[in-house]
Amino acid sequence: MSLDLSLIPPLGEPRPQPVPTAVESTLPNGLRLVVVPRPGVPLIELRLRVPFAATTAADAGLHTARGSVLSGAVLLGTAAHDQTGIAQLLQGHGAELSVGSDPDRLLFATTLLPGGLAPVLGILAELLTSATYPDDEVEGERDRVAERIGIALSQPGVIARGALAARRYGDHPYAITLPDPALVSAVDGDALRELHRQRLLPAGSALVLVGDIEPAAAADAVAAALGEWAGTGHAVEAPPAPDLLGAGIELVDRPGAVQSNIRLGGPAPGRTDPDLPAVRLANMIYGGYFSSRLVENIRERRGYTYSPRSSVDHQAAGSSFLVEADVATEVTAPALLETWYELGRMALLPVTEAELDGARRYILGSMALSTATHAGLASTVSALVGAGLPPGWLAEHQQALAEVTVEQVQEASHRYLSSTALTAIVVGDAERVAGALGALAPVSVRASTPA
Amino acid sequence: MTAAGTELTLRHPVERFTLDNGLRVVLAPDRSVPVVAVSVFYDVGMRNEPEGRTGFAHLFEHMMFQGSANVPKMEHARLVQAAGGTFNGSTHQDYTNYFEALPAEALERALFLEADRMAAPAITEENLRNQIDVVKEEIRVNVLNRPYGAFPWLQLPQIAFESFANTHDGYGSFVDLESSTVDDATDFFSRYYAPGNAVLCIGGDLDVTETERLVQRWFGPVAARPVPPLPPTGEPAPTSARTAVVEDALAPAPALAIGWRVPDPVGNFDSYLGTVLLAEVLSEGDASRLERRLVHGDRIAIAQSSYVGLFGDPFDVRDATLLTTQVHHPAAVPAERVQAAVHEEVRRIAEDGVPADELQRVQARTEAQLLRQADSVLGRTLGFAAAELVHGRAELAGELAARLAAVTPDQVQAAARGLDPGTAAVLELRATGGRR
Repeated sequence: MSLDLSLIPPLGEPRPQPVPTAVESTLPNGLRLVVVPRPGVPLIELRLRVPFAATTAADAGLHTARGSVLSGAVLLGTAAHDQTGIAQLLQGHGAELSVGSDPDRLLFATTLLPGGLAPVLGILAELLTSATYPDDEVEGERDRVAERIGIALSQPGVIARGALAARRYGDHPYAITLPDPALVSAVDGDALRELHRQRLLPAGSALVLVGDIEPAAAADAVAAALGEWAGTGHAVEAPPAPDLLGAGIELVDRPGAVQSNIRLGGPAPGRTDPDLPAVRLANMIYGGYFSSRLVENIRERRGYTYSPRSSVDHQAAGSSFLVEADVATEVTAPALLETWYELGRMALLPVTEAELDGARRYILGSMALSTATHAGLASTVSALVGAGLPPGWLAEHQQALAEVTVEQVQEASHRYLSSTALTAIVVGDAERVAGALGALAPVSVRASTPA
Repeated sequence: MTAAGTELTLRHPVERFTLDNGLRVVLAPDRSVPVVAVSVFYDVGMRNEPEGRTGFAHLFEHMMFQGSANVPKMEHARLVQAAGGTFNGSTHQDYTNYFEALPAEALERALFLEADRMAAPAITEENLRNQIDVVKEEIRVNVLNRPYGAFPWLQLPQIAFESFANTHDGYGSFVDLESSTVDDATDFFSRYYAPGNAVLCIGGDLDVTETERLVQRWFGPVAARPVPPLPPTGEPAPTSARTAVVEDALAPAPALAIGWRVPDPVGNFDSYLGTVLLAEVLSEGDASRLERRLVHGDRIAIAQSSYVGLFGDPFDVRDATLLTTQVHHPAAVPAERVQAAVHEEVRRIAEDGVPADELQRVQARTEAQLLRQADSVLGRTLGFAAAELVHGRAELAGELAARLAAVTPDQVQAAARGLDPGTAAVLELRATGGRR
């Protein structure tokens, strides 16, 4: 087959991206507010981020268990409304509040019709200042959370994520990816009221509003609704995360599994580290998108897996470079061999200019796509503000990406993408995969984490 | 029509034309962000695959990413992604789609790529064997190696329907996948991927005149082929209750799915809209009937959901389809108790109707969700394309918010009357292993 690549149409002139203007302010109670008006559909996206890290490593197990119940139970009632009343008020404005917790923060999020801004902020203020955590309903919620954790722990991807975090972080709070169901089952209304009083504080929290909104009016509405939100404690950030490098392969036995879940993880530069742009580009070229070496090798050439991928993930106290592949049991060791081989190529040999250029254009293009909706922009701005960065950080980061060289990618890869810098976990049928994996590195087998 | 519905309809005028080879083209310009979405919808889905070739529509979708006459393997992805774009494809019951979202300056490149594979995808033995392996891993990830993997989307249709089209496993058996040949793929392409059997829909930052010229340039030369007749997938409504029990050795807790046949999504659209809102009244959010009753009131469920259409999108299917209520419950709660509570809540709506204020709240929430989907250039473009293919009117996608806002309590009550326990299909999943 002879190909005429000259047929491929060149790209036209880029059109300028609209740059949304973020209007920032801080309420007297310390709550930060960022409003971003944006053309598009008549909706507003709301994100309230509250710092919610465990105070100490010793406290992390209990804190995580309580946080997992609090995030549902905060919606169970306020001084003025019961759970159904809250849900109905929100629903009438097109809203449905989701409350999620992770090791760094609580996030309240919803979309809403523009006319509902004041009433939805009013409900949010009620939740923050007068959530009641009725004892009986809290018991129902904690029992459901415990059941859901049991279901989550039957998912191989969840088992793998937990095993990697435990191995990398030891007794740091980030080692806990899911709370212990036994601790969850002991949570009660008193514990949640206390946790709420100590930790749901305006100082350190940030509210982001994006969409069909006028900044001055929005600021007035926020001040009117949330000005009375008070608290005396202070926000807690996670302690610096260690990154323990586990030697050899930890094999989590899952008897009868028809696939193995390969996970590699190690440190990555944080959002303000000058190495970050080069590592993001190295990640893309390695396994960060379809046009990558890992996908070409173990999916498109060998058919070992459906969706191999690598990523750079940021938490407040530490960032990660992660590699994931779910592969057929019978090719587990060959798939890990190829995964390591591609890491070695990244660490030792320069990438091509074409690879670097493709990765750069993709990152810039996909950032533009992901911030081209109210919801995408709101989540991005909330994450940046939560990390202590100004909304203008995005533009600086784009400029830095544009300047990264092939040499910088190789230096960054040598440091962060070497297989020796990454801790390895495999979840799979030990009887069938341990022998072959042992040809690559020492293997320690352990039973699946007890729930 | 609500204000938001009006605005959505007006802001996205739809232009359409048909090429000489039969390709239907829909343009939905909106220049507010410099992003363009290109999608091609072929009128063939899981329901159209022949006996002995289960999973073939999806396997063939993978083959469309293996390169084409002027595009080497891996280059389709590189040409899109190195332009700053994203791409994917998906196989549905009634269609298979391919799409890209890109910076506006990459529009012509995307048109070239779609036209090149519409004309001649690289169907080779090596590519086919490779993608059979990849699809088997996809099925292992999503079905075989995880709890609830086939629940209920592969298991419920087996008892809810009668015909092969509606009951078979659309992901495919490994036996069928492994025995697939290059000839099968070539025949499938020849029969179903004719330009006259497809809709090309382009949305976002585009100039209508210039885009029409580019479409003519790249898609005009694709040779016309006969268009297969639309196969009937409807079947008579069930007249009896059907039940089945499946065991899931990976699941730690039981689950229940109840499926009811609903009105024809195309031929009986007004009744169908009542059913769509009924599903929202039953299950959307903490204020919904089943969340209040099963989860918070009786505390007999861990989680519940109701949806219309096998994949949860009520507007991407033709007849026959279901409203499905799905409940995960603790092992200590018998499935019969959950089932009885669901039927009782449906009966309350069938007998007493839905208060107007409750329906208005549900409509406000539904409207916000539709607007949110339409905020993304790609989401909007896929909506227009599906509406053109399934309903023959792309404009319908822009009118949905207004149409749903006009649904009356009577329509929702009528929909609930159609959910008869005597004609429901009930699937009980028993957790026979797994860890607690």
